[in-house]
Amino acid sequence: MKIGVFICYCGENIGRTVDCAAVAEAAGRFPGVVCSIDYKYMCSDPGQNLIKNAIKEHKLDAVVVGSCSPHMHEKTFRKACADAGVNPYLFDMANLREHCSWVHEDIVEGTKKAIDLVRISVERVKKNAPLSPILVPVTKKALVIGGGISGIQASLDIANAGFDVVLVEKEPSIGGHMSQLSETFPTLDCSQCILTPRMVEVYQHPKIKLLTYSEVENVEGFIGNFKVTIRKKARSIDESKCTGCGLCMQKCPIKKKAFNEFEEGLAYRSAVYVPFPQAVPNIPVIDRSICTYYQTGKCQMCVKVCGREAIKFDQEDTIITEDIGAIVVATGYKLYTIDKKPESSEIKGYGEYGYGKYKDVVDGLQFERIASASGPTSGEILRPSDSKVPKKIVFVQCVGSRDESKGFSYCSKICCMYTAKHAMLYKHKVHDGEAYVFYMDIRSGGKGYDEFVRRAIEEDGVKYIRGRVSRIYEENGKYIVKGEDTLAGMPVTIDADMVVLATAMIAQPEAVKLAQTIGMSYDKYGFYNEVHPKLRPVEVSTAGVFLAGACQAPKDIPESVAMASAAASKSLVLFGADYLEREPTVAKVNETICAGCFYCQKVCPYNAIERKEIKDRQGNIVKIIAYVNSGLCQGCGTCNAVCPSKSVELIGFNDEQIYAQINALG
Amino acid sequence: MKVGYYPGCSLTGTGKEYDMSLRKVASLLDVELEELKDWSCCGATSAHATNHLLSVALPARNLIIAKHQKLKELAAPCAACYNRMMVAAHELKTKPEIERQVSDLMGESIPYDLSVINIIELFQKVGKEKIAANVKADLKGIKAACYYGCLLVRPFKITGFDDAEQPESMEELIKAAGAQPVDWNYKLECCGGAHSIAHMEIVVDLSKKIIDDAKLHGADVIIVACPMCHSNLDMRQKAIKKEYPAHGDIPILYLSEFIGLALGLKPKELGLNLHFVDTKSLLEKAEIKG
Amino acid sequence: MYYFSFFGEIDMSHTHSEVNTLSAKIEKLTTQTPQECYQCGKCSAGCPVRDYMDDSPNQVVRYVQLGFEEKALHSKTPWLCAGCLTCSTRCPQNFDLAKFMDALREIAIQERIKIPEADTMEFHKAFLNQIKKHGKAFEFGLVREYKLRTMNLMQDVDVAPEMFIKGKIGLIPHEVEDKQQIKEIFDKID
Repeated sequence: MKIGVFICYCGENIGRTVDCAAVAEAAGRFPGVVCSIDYKYMCSDPGQNLIKNAIKEHKLDAVVVGSCSPHMHEKTFRKACADAGVNPYLFDMANLREHCSWVHEDIVEGTKKAIDLVRISVERVKKNAPLSPILVPVTKKALVIGGGISGIQASLDIANAGFDVVLVEKEPSIGGHMSQLSETFPTLDCSQCILTPRMVEVYQHPKIKLLTYSEVENVEGFIGNFKVTIRKKARSIDESKCTGCGLCMQKCPIKKKAFNEFEEGLAYRSAVYVPFPQAVPNIPVIDRSICTYYQTGKCQMCVKVCGREAIKFDQEDTIITEDIGAIVVATGYKLYTIDKKPESSEIKGYGEYGYGKYKDVVDGLQFERIASASGPTSGEILRPSDSKVPKKIVFVQCVGSRDESKGFSYCSKICCMYTAKHAMLYKHKVHDGEAYVFYMDIRSGGKGYDEFVRRAIEEDGVKYIRGRVSRIYEENGKYIVKGEDTLAGMPVTIDADMVVLATAMIAQPEAVKLAQTIGMSYDKYGFYNEVHPKLRPVEVSTAGVFLAGACQAPKDIPESVAMASAAASKSLVLFGADYLEREPTVAKVNETICAGCFYCQKVCPYNAIERKEIKDRQGNIVKIIAYVNSGLCQGCGTCNAVCPSKSVELIGFNDEQIYAQINALG
Repeated sequence: MKVGYYPGCSLTGTGKEYDMSLRKVASLLDVELEELKDWSCCGATSAHATNHLLSVALPARNLIIAKHQKLKELAAPCAACYNRMMVAAHELKTKPEIERQVSDLMGESIPYDLSVINIIELFQKVGKEKIAANVKADLKGIKAACYYGCLLVRPFKITGFDDAEQPESMEELIKAAGAQPVDWNYKLECCGGAHSIAHMEIVVDLSKKIIDDAKLHGADVIIVACPMCHSNLDMRQKAIKKEYPAHGDIPILYLSEFIGLALGLKPKELGLNLHFVDTKSLLEKAEIKG
Repeated sequence: MYYFSFFGEIDMSHTHSEVNTLSAKIEKLTTQTPQECYQCGKCSAGCPVRDYMDDSPNQVVRYVQLGFEEKALHSKTPWLCAGCLTCSTRCPQNFDLAKFMDALREIAIQERIKIPEADTMEFHKAFLNQIKKHGKAFEFGLVREYKLRTMNLMQDVDVAPEMFIKGKIGLIPHEVEDKQQIKEIFDKID
């Protein structure tokens, strides 16, 4: 094998502590090295040309570059080799910068070490094998889980780029929490007015397959090649026949029974219902747990009035499987509701605020519904208990958040803004009302956000009191709020007509279950973990799965939309090629000697080890061995480390290569 | 059923009706109270307010006595004693340095895992059903405001008892006794505690607020589980009246006295005549002959 | 580095880990650093005796955080604290403020600060003295000693007769037999 060695000065970086000329000269005398050059900047165009020309001139088989970290320029030099006709994996890089010149000061010792490092690389590259990238086919279809604003944005972006999207939403309608909001900060746009056109766009888009009232049950496979099982729950309505006329809902006798999830419990709904009038699709669902027909077999009022025979009582769940290339998770958040035992939540609850027993002490989403024109009070601010107009309203921030003892330690990010908005909406509707906000800090970092809060204080006359509330209790129809203003150093007690608690955004109760279905990691709060908090905010550790919106961390609408588009663009990067090129430095099992102990499978962090049956000619199973799925394998080498029989090797980092490096040191 | 019994200083003095009524009720309900031999003061407020080590050492002495008497459980009817014992045990359990210092001081190890229970827990052990089965008086029309005070449920991390903000355990016992507990707002508000002597005006104000809220919610009686609370709410009503002439009385009963009445014991046996505020109004409403 | 303000200097040359600061001493006694308090004011909002205090509970913690040691040690607030534990129960940071107040009092006593609430201190002294002497509280002795220490001679004169008649106060103390052990405990700790 004819090897060429190229030593870089990296300007002063290497040249100051390592005598590069001496290294090149010494390397020239290593067995197998036919040319050895030193140059100021190997990564530059002239530097790369040096390599390419040397390859042609000396008919080199392999190349060793002594320069910076492979993290920096391995790709650069591999490309240079490939351009000149040398397989890019017959290349090795000696790190003379981070591993040598940057950590030593003595030039004599530094040069000696650099020579050793180059010698190791030369011996190693002699054992390298030419490799080709692994080509994995890509199914150009995306799955978006969650039909809130994030899911809608991601679906539209991917579909508009010309690719198919399957959008799965567990509620009967898309829209998410944004459809429940009254107005959005900082513009005070009507939430449904800006959202519903998008919802309709999704519904009408030829490339989007909308599956509402459905949930993802199983995800198998790997990037570009997922197989997803979706359960489409039975609506008890034939979607092909229903026109959304709404007669069934009008005539349903169970009008005031069920907790209306959309209205956050402030109103009731019927057994057959759509969550809200602008629901997409505008097809109702029958709640079998309260419908008289399902409970007792009697009543078929909806069947009687339906002119299209769309009611199907015996409808069953359907299981749909889809081949998917990329998954966008946009499952959103839940708002903490101050009840004593919130389902599957770590929160201990606020007994000092009543544990939810006072009707006029409401949470953030309940106030949104009260303020919303399509809400239970048609947008008038009225007390839930007696429908009177509250003349004094108190807003309490940081309920459930920034609270290590009873809630979660994190800051829920949006509550300062939505409280300011609530206070302003109240003042706009109740001109002679008094609004008070108890806060610890004001977090208003977005564009126009701080100006928005100042507007609430300076123009709308909302009184901001800096201090937390210790207790809220009811006395003679009023709510006594005991707080403190720490700036003035005085206790503040307010007899309020209504109290709005700015409750925190928390993870969805089924977030952990979905994470385990897909294979994503999540933090102690249930929010999904991105791979790198700074530089890779929308990717998760499982390749091909991307995050959008509040399921990753509390955030507002602009951030959710931006993140959704980012997740969409990552999916489009995937769909941009017919094949995914993956690094060939993955693990490989020697099927002859593998005993099938599966220690490797236990330790593989990427679920990349599968079971493979070895059969004899008659088709009987001789043994079951481990098999590495090269689409999932990230080449970490853990399997290689634990294998008791050394049956699994890491291509490009096999034992022969490692021993060559060690022996090179003499 | 047998439990160790730590009366505490108040029950032998200003709170003696608590001790009287508890002993009578215990014997009626087949509970044997084995008093700690030669017990001493738990330190109350003054120890922890001035010296941390003393506040652990004084209760520790009593836990050691319980150990020598081979008691598995110790009932401390005074909420302050109960609280100090639990806190001292917690300190010994979680802080090796303190444990070393105090066990050196006492010359032996302190059984910090010994179960210390308050009066509500004691009655819970007897069982609501047993109490209800033994009820003789008809207290149906009596509205009782259950006053927990500060030291039964706080700090929740150490006592782990009931709920620190919306407790219901005493109300359950009142219901078992056949009366109606009222829902009121001052269940857990401080009565002023040990400020009774040096800062009586604080006790007067805080206790008045408690009594007013109980009356506002229609209570005929306030039930307490602590001799300090009883003293502040009962004995100090005279001082409250002096400051606020329009103030109206309300009888203050220990939980054991109230349950004793329900079980048919006579008021005098239970020590009701030793109260400062006349319990006549309550007895008449319940049609119990004094 | 010093910052001069109207009310006093904030001493920036110490960190909370230096053993001689008040903050460090309190941390040693309570095992919690006063830096954990983020000054939300929930403690002050729920304190039943807040109205009698000049400095609110959270302000006293602030004095310690900023190094205003004199202000903290001379404040009436820890002495007015009723030990009701409402603050510690509700603090979102799990900061045991009641224990912090206990520690402040203990340090004030050790450093022989002139106690701002003298009567309260005399009460504690009288109470603990009785325990040292008899092993159990002796109310008559306690009130007698308190009156002599504070010269509040009319204290509880109105309720005394009724207390005697009802047998709630005796002239003879209940005594612990092992008085030696009690005395030893007190002596060793002091």
